[in-house]
Amino acid sequence: MTTLLQAENLSIQFGGLMAVSSFNMELKEGELVGLIGPNGAGKTTTFNMLTGIHKPTSGRIIVRSRNGGPRNIEKLQPYQITSLGVARTFQNIRLFKDLTVLDNVRIANHFNAQYKSIHALLRLPVFYQEEKRIYEYNMELLKLFKLEHKSDELAKNLPYGEQRKLEIVRALATKPHTLLLDEPAAGMNPQETKELMELIKSIKEQFNLTILLIEHDMNLVMGICERIIVLDYGRVIAQGKPAEVTRDPMVIKAYLGKEMENDA
Amino acid sequence: MQSERQKKTITSIILLVLGFVFLNALVAMRIIDEYTTQVLTIGAINVVVALGLNLISGFTGQLALGHAGFMAVGAYTTAALVMKLGVPIFPAIFGGGLISALFGLLIGLPTLRLRGDYLAIVTLGFGEIIRVIMINLTEITGGPAGLKGIPPFTTNFYWRPVVSFAIAYLFLVLVITLISNLLKSSPGRAIVSIREDEIAANAMGINVFYYKMFAFTLSAFIAGLGGGLYAPFFGYLSPNMFNFQKSVEFLIIVVLGGMGNLTGTVLAGFGLTYLQEFLRFLQDYRLVIYPLILIVLMLFQPSGLMGLFGNREFSLAGLAEQVNQLLFRKDPAEKAGEK
Repeated sequence: MTTLLQAENLSIQFGGLMAVSSFNMELKEGELVGLIGPNGAGKTTTFNMLTGIHKPTSGRIIVRSRNGGPRNIEKLQPYQITSLGVARTFQNIRLFKDLTVLDNVRIANHFNAQYKSIHALLRLPVFYQEEKRIYEYNMELLKLFKLEHKSDELAKNLPYGEQRKLEIVRALATKPHTLLLDEPAAGMNPQETKELMELIKSIKEQFNLTILLIEHDMNLVMGICERIIVLDYGRVIAQGKPAEVTRDPMVIKAYLGKEMENDA
Repeated sequence: MQSERQKKTITSIILLVLGFVFLNALVAMRIIDEYTTQVLTIGAINVVVALGLNLISGFTGQLALGHAGFMAVGAYTTAALVMKLGVPIFPAIFGGGLISALFGLLIGLPTLRLRGDYLAIVTLGFGEIIRVIMINLTEITGGPAGLKGIPPFTTNFYWRPVVSFAIAYLFLVLVITLISNLLKSSPGRAIVSIREDEIAANAMGINVFYYKMFAFTLSAFIAGLGGGLYAPFFGYLSPNMFNFQKSVEFLIIVVLGGMGNLTGTVLAGFGLTYLQEFLRFLQDYRLVIYPLILIVLMLFQPSGLMGLFGNREFSLAGLAEQVNQLLFRKDPAEKAGEK
């Protein structure tokens, strides 16, 4: 199995605060890894570094690009990283609210679109062909998530759960090999969370994805992740199989507090 | 499907030409009097510049406050090309647009890398700098006294308003086609996504800086075209025609019509131009009235005129389709039978 995404000694400092320090991770093809930790542990910051939104203070990030070769990405812009095949969703939903559901997804096709502005301005045949291809492909994706009948609705008018789904569809439309999901089940009820778990599993198979996900819902994490990385105060305190991690004293301490409190 | 689309395009073009001939006939026969024709022509030019502004401020979400400056660059360049170098008027107008675009490129390169309102501040400064340069560059611009004797579109006195109107109309159609074709395409969607959420757009593979530059340069180009039309139409240019107040006028047109709505800009552009002529006696109070309009708009109707209509756009293709159906008398049942 080849490594798709690798972080070596990744650290980031905001002023005097070391938000993440010496983060190491290796994501192999086909894995589904969970990144957990208490609030403020640095999970989203790690995601932001992996996708180029924050530049790490030190360390390296290596991505296997579409043509197979490894590439250092710590200096690249987010859109360049996306074009290498790493897509993400956001914890605080960042849809294009005033655009339709379909347009939200179509925007993610942009760097794959095989025509230039001039073709669009002159409305050349290649423009119509590409637009048709993009439209059909995106409607297919929406269908998978049962959103196709809402393609003309504005994103802001979707119910919360569907907005979360739309974020995943949008990320998928960039045709990634690795998908980073930042709390995909946040705010969902247990039933919705269960459906989402099934959905994540099925798209992973169908699109041959490698997934890294941040999640607070332990049921979801324990249910689908093959491996878990636990962060606390910006450091990795444990990693391994779900069952092992939950027994780790460090993890229990991070989540439930010190044992001393039990004695008192 | 293919032929349906072509049919729609052909009908659209026929509708445009018919509208053009009709309006021009009215103007030529003096059914629309000369004064109104002038106002309509100024209106068309204002709309062209305002459309340019809407592209960057309404669709890309980057506030720009110096479009009178780009207009000035276009106007003086066109005048200089015609008067000093003897370039024919049409290439000269496009020359004005290109030089204006060049300025847009130079301003955009440092400022559009940043997020936030830096563009507003820099373009505000640019508008004023251009005006001061125009005042001091006396060899080319005639200085504060202004530049006189710019050759008009035609020397024939009787046909002059007709020709000016026709040319302004042509450019207006050209610019609307350009912008609406751009917006309904992948690069256009990329531009709008920047307005919606810059970080998400970037994460979805949009080169945000490139598309901001693209939209801003095109916006400056269009404003330059507007300026290029201005020069031969008035035959006289003075730096004070392009002051800050003028930039604010364009902003008001865009906000009044609805940020990110082309139909609104066209309606508001013509409406406001007409109103300005009508309310000439209030001219001295413009800087009081404009801010008031903006404040009232922001409080009660921030989405502008077209916000009242769900921010929809007038669609020529939609009209063409209806005309087609009317002409060919195809009812849905027949259509289904054909397939």
